Amino acid sequence: MLQLNLGDESGILTVSKLNQQVKTLLEEKFPFVWVKGEISNFRVPSSGHFYFTLKDAQSQINAVFFRARNRFLRFLPESGMQVICQARISVYEPRGEYQLIVEVMEPLGVGELQLAFEALKKKLSAEGLFDPARRKALPLCPQNICVITSKSGAAIRDILKVLEKSPYPVSVTLFPVAVQGPGARFEIAEAIESANMLTWRYEWDLLIVGRGGGSLEDLWAFNEEVVVRAICASSIPVISAVGHEIDFTIADMAADFRTPTPTAAAEWVVKRLEQFHRELHGGRDRMVQVMKGRIENIGLRLKYLESRITHPKRRLENMRLTLDDRLERLTLAVRRSIETMRVSHGHLSGRLLYLKPDAHIRRCRAELDRLCKELVLHHHRILDGLRLRLEHNISRLEAMNPLSVLMRGYSITSRVSDRKIIRSFTDTRPGDRVYVQLAYGLLECLVERAEEIQTEKEG
Amino acid sequence: MAKKKSDLFEEALKKLQDLVEKLEKGDLPLEEAMECFSEGIRISQFCHNKLEEAEKKVELLLKDQQGGWASAPFEAARANSDDQENR
Repeated sequence: MLQLNLGDESGILTVSKLNQQVKTLLEEKFPFVWVKGEISNFRVPSSGHFYFTLKDAQSQINAVFFRARNRFLRFLPESGMQVICQARISVYEPRGEYQLIVEVMEPLGVGELQLAFEALKKKLSAEGLFDPARRKALPLCPQNICVITSKSGAAIRDILKVLEKSPYPVSVTLFPVAVQGPGARFEIAEAIESANMLTWRYEWDLLIVGRGGGSLEDLWAFNEEVVVRAICASSIPVISAVGHEIDFTIADMAADFRTPTPTAAAEWVVKRLEQFHRELHGGRDRMVQVMKGRIENIGLRLKYLESRITHPKRRLENMRLTLDDRLERLTLAVRRSIETMRVSHGHLSGRLLYLKPDAHIRRCRAELDRLCKELVLHHHRILDGLRLRLEHNISRLEAMNPLSVLMRGYSITSRVSDRKIIRSFTDTRPGDRVYVQLAYGLLECLVERAEEIQTEKEG
Repeated sequence: MAKKKSDLFEEALKKLQDLVEKLEKGDLPLEEAMECFSEGIRISQFCHNKLEEAEKKVELLLKDQQGGWASAPFEAARANSDDQENR
């Protein structure tokens, strides 16, 4: 009876876990394999991935070649084709199926070459032949180029086509070799060695080793150890120019510079020459520019300094000029101040003149005269007034004098008896004696009548 | 063996560059600057002359009877090119 220890979970796997562990196991064990077999049941769904079964007489395995990788394939696989695949193994867990994930596929035969390629690459890489540090510096000015290729192939034609248009002269020597076929690798390797030996005569500064595009077999010579070693041993820098863009050979890895095609190699040469010329010209131009600037500067400085140097005679002249100038300015200044003084003197004397006492005295004297005259005038006037008043008073006095009345014919009558002045007829009576006083003398008269009259005069 | 031409060029260009940089710094005394300058001109003249010397020619190497190599104009060879038509 089968005894199951259901409690011991560690002994039992779920399907998922099993598949998971199988997946891990397989992927770790076969991260990378080469498998050869026949393709069957080849199909390409719309995804573009290739699905097929790889089989041999006894066995088969499912395989998938994803679109991302199979794009680079140079042939279309089909059922019945013998191929060799570089692949890894993976498990599709949902179905518990394992399959090959193909990375590279070659038709069988070529597939074997690929293996050889990988093996050689690994071996030489381990020796350090592809070490970038080993690469030789490429010439700055490649002028003498040795091309190692077929003399009737496309490579040399392409290279010459580009170089003929080069504005700079390039000398090309073709080392004719077979670039495919059984002897090609030896011819190429020998050519590289010979070129190195002949360089004292030809002064090559660059080797271009290559050929036009072709199948993997066609290009195979460039994956041969003897060629790769010859490239590494060359003391002349080597440019590899094999096939088309996508072709990659071991010679490319060993070369000091890889160009994808022979045309590109020639174009590189032309570009390099252009750059060299540009740098040479640039350096020269910069140098001339700097020097020109420098000399110009020095010239300016010299001119400046020269301009500051003065001949002693000129200096003397200068001093004389300065002296004259100062003298002139001095004279002018003195003259000007004299002028100023004269003007102010004029002003002052004018004012002084104005203030002279003569006039004052004259004025005082005139005033005095005037006052004297006035005084005299007043004096006379006062005297005249007084005289006038005196005369007036005298005349008034005279008028009051009875004599003066008598002089005018009037007379004064008075009684003889009592000397009483008779003013009215009533004061007397006829028969009375009266005295009539005249201006001159006295009359004694007898009153005959005394009466009132209208206009009566005594006399 | 004399120095290879490519080395000469390389050295010359490097020297020219150094001289230009030295000059551009501007702290050289004039005498020295003039020396640098004429050295630079000499170098660039040298390079130019070397470049002028180069000629455009295409040659083909042929193996002679003794197993040595000799060069021949390529055009002739191209004219009677054999049937080894490698791509």
